[in-house]
Amino acid sequence: MGRQVAIVGVGHSKFGTRHDANIAELAWESIRQALDDAGVGQEDIEYFVVSNAGGWSSEPLPAVVVGEYAGLNPKGTVRVEAACASGSAALKLAHDIVASGQADIVLAVGIEKMNESPTPTVVEYIGRAGNFFWEFQNFGLTFPGYYALYATAYMHKYGATEEDLCRVAVKNHYYGARNPKAQFQREITVEACMNSRYVAWPLKLFDCSPITDGSAAVIVASEEIARKLTDTPVWIRAIGAASDTSNLSKRTDFTSLRAAVEAARMAYRKAGIDPENPVKHIDVAEVHDCFTIAEILAYEDLGFAKRGEGVKLVREEQTYIGGLIPVNLSGGLKAKGHPIAATGVSMAAELTRQLRQEVEKERQATINKGIALAHNVGGTGHYAYVTILSLEKPSK
Amino acid sequence: MSKSQKEMMEEALKQLHMFVESIKKSTGLPIVPDQKSGAALWYDQRQITNKYLISVDRIRPFYDGLMDGKLMATKCKHCGQLYFPPQVDCPKCRKSDMEWVELSREGELITFTVINIKPASFAHYPDYTVGIARLKEGINITAWVRETDPKKLRIGMKVRVEVVKREPEGYLTYEIVPAE
Repeated sequence: MGRQVAIVGVGHSKFGTRHDANIAELAWESIRQALDDAGVGQEDIEYFVVSNAGGWSSEPLPAVVVGEYAGLNPKGTVRVEAACASGSAALKLAHDIVASGQADIVLAVGIEKMNESPTPTVVEYIGRAGNFFWEFQNFGLTFPGYYALYATAYMHKYGATEEDLCRVAVKNHYYGARNPKAQFQREITVEACMNSRYVAWPLKLFDCSPITDGSAAVIVASEEIARKLTDTPVWIRAIGAASDTSNLSKRTDFTSLRAAVEAARMAYRKAGIDPENPVKHIDVAEVHDCFTIAEILAYEDLGFAKRGEGVKLVREEQTYIGGLIPVNLSGGLKAKGHPIAATGVSMAAELTRQLRQEVEKERQATINKGIALAHNVGGTGHYAYVTILSLEKPSK
Repeated sequence: MSKSQKEMMEEALKQLHMFVESIKKSTGLPIVPDQKSGAALWYDQRQITNKYLISVDRIRPFYDGLMDGKLMATKCKHCGQLYFPPQVDCPKCRKSDMEWVELSREGELITFTVINIKPASFAHYPDYTVGIARLKEGINITAWVRETDPKKLRIGMKVRVEVVKREPEGYLTYEIVPAE
């Protein structure tokens, strides 16, 4: 399994429409914070991983553009892509490099500038992110469309309603309103959500995460270095990763994301978490709510609820602070925003601050088990990463 | 009738372009303020368009099938695995010994959505329904569904798949048609 790895510094840009900053400036916004937070200089970083999906933005080699601007040359770098889970893939790579002993301090930064292109172009790029030839070329699926296929099937099988989906948006906007880094800092009502127009029936505008510019950065270090740098290292206890078919037609069930189930199984096993009752181990979770239905699927795929009962957690408000398990206290992708390849790093940065009890009071989870979970899905369950973070060093 | 998504998109881009050109004439720079924030934006002076050339050489029989109104899949002669979309290599057997088989084109609808906000390259179509049908053979197929009112569709309803000509492009593809 290699060496233990801890997060020793985090940074997070303001998410939103960031026409005030270019791609390098926006990446630097979070990198600078992470360096300051870790108390290290660029010279201490031995390798940096840049996650960026791109296409909609102008720089084809974002890793070197960011590296030059942030003063990280001549350190080695690579750009990684796992669609909306790119950030978690970057964190996994950074983790693996340190765990294997190839480096002691590695930076992972996720950056996305989606607003460099007009909305229809962004819709096109994301719609192509599945199987371009068989499912986009002829049938023009969009990202909301892919998840709408899951929503239709889930609602039919378990009797969930459009109002239920809207309740997820209401919760995430409630916490987004309390996160100064969030794109949407206002609360919404079920009624406002229900009155929003259809984007991909049965999903409406308020069921969807927005088009977002943003960056997030984390610095990971080996145990020896981590102990020197900080009194509160946040250990990467486990990362589960899985994939599924590019063609949605190759899947048998549209009420669960198989890759997320598999990634969770792997992560729980490595972290010693009871897969039958994971919530008893976990203080707080960030899950991939690119659409409201995705958060409900996440509850079930992660084992927070039984099959068909994810929607009950929503109705009973069990994922607010004080409930069974607080989820997406950052506002989630829905309200915090979803800068595609920055999202996974953003989740890790947010959960690190949650575990250190550093976030705004109204959205701070109670930390007594010292464990947080990030669930980051790429594409429509094409990639899935489940990451377990912990205040306690994992026992071998 | 209200403007199509394509017309609105093109109009917005044309307005932006004209705005940039007028600013450029007076300042010598393609820099315009963002309408909402006022932030200075450089308007790209270069443009690329992508139109890919994608090999279908090895799955040519699939397209020959469409020309005959048939939907073809491949079947591994070794393990019997049916492949749709058709593929010419069986990764399980590591063999490339396939036979082409015609699919029944009958099955049931297992999920669907109506695309209201369309990608740029689909903006010229009215709202369209995309569904996934499970054919009798046990394989699934993604396609447009010939019904744009989701209330008239139901998971589990009988459907058939027809080869159709997609207009205005005028090329052969296939479509799911409610059969109840």
